Amino acid sequence: MVTYARRVVDDEDAVFKALADPTRRRLLDLLFEAGGRTQTDLESHIEMSRYGVAKHLKVLEDAGLVVTRRNGREKLHHLNPVPIQLIHERWIDKYTQGRAAALIELKHELEDER
Amino acid sequence: MSTEDATPEPTSTGPTAPDPTRPQVYQIFIRATPEAIWEAITRPEFTTRYFHGARVETTGEVGTPFRYLSPDGTAVWGDETVLEAEPGRRLVVGWRSLYDPRFAAEPASRVSWEIDPQDGGYCLLTVVHDRLESSPATAANVQGPGWMMVLSGLKTLLETGDPLVAR
Repeated sequence: MVTYARRVVDDEDAVFKALADPTRRRLLDLLFEAGGRTQTDLESHIEMSRYGVAKHLKVLEDAGLVVTRRNGREKLHHLNPVPIQLIHERWIDKYTQGRAAALIELKHELEDER
Repeated sequence: MSTEDATPEPTSTGPTAPDPTRPQVYQIFIRATPEAIWEAITRPEFTTRYFHGARVETTGEVGTPFRYLSPDGTAVWGDETVLEAEPGRRLVVGWRSLYDPRFAAEPASRVSWEIDPQDGGYCLLTVVHDRLESSPATAANVQGPGWMMVLSGLKTLLETGDPLVAR
């Protein structure tokens, strides 16, 4: 396994796949509530084997949603919200803009009818 | 795949309110050289275009002032110090916002910019904002959308901005 290129640049597939699992979303919620947690800390909130939690964290890390940093002997896990923001910009803003434009058009049409 | 199926506690209610005073970490890929990213962090002609219009003022040398001025340069938004510097690689600065008395009253926190070159002309940029334990108002202000808008703007600027300026 090559560990250096652990993440593919801007890999939306990896982000969507990582989010498509309730345990992984639960891990992200735990890190959202309080960042900088050890795996042991996270395990105490999830009914799953150490191996299972580690596997899910690896998927999240590969997708760039979790970033680990060393603090002395501890490996701390942080939520990185940026990939979700980029997906939001790419997939949600676009459509909400369209909806806003449609509403403005409707307003104009209704006002013209008067 | 066995662990994928054993999902005991799905969240339906979502998380409780976050504690922003914990270290905040943001990481983004940017298709640019480390030098270009370094310039975008340390030169005002770049920061005005992605950092809420702020004009950065720094020589990038350890122990010297690291300031952010308002877009027209008349107001001081931040006046801290360069704590660590390794050009093109790592910049650590103090952070205290002076434009709002709630933030100015809190102790300085710390922002680390780390540039990690990758294959294919990309860099991984990591921003860590920490030492926020005694600065809850500042922490809440910069959290999430705050830093994400800045980094997303920086990425857009460097990847699609005017090449004459950006490279």
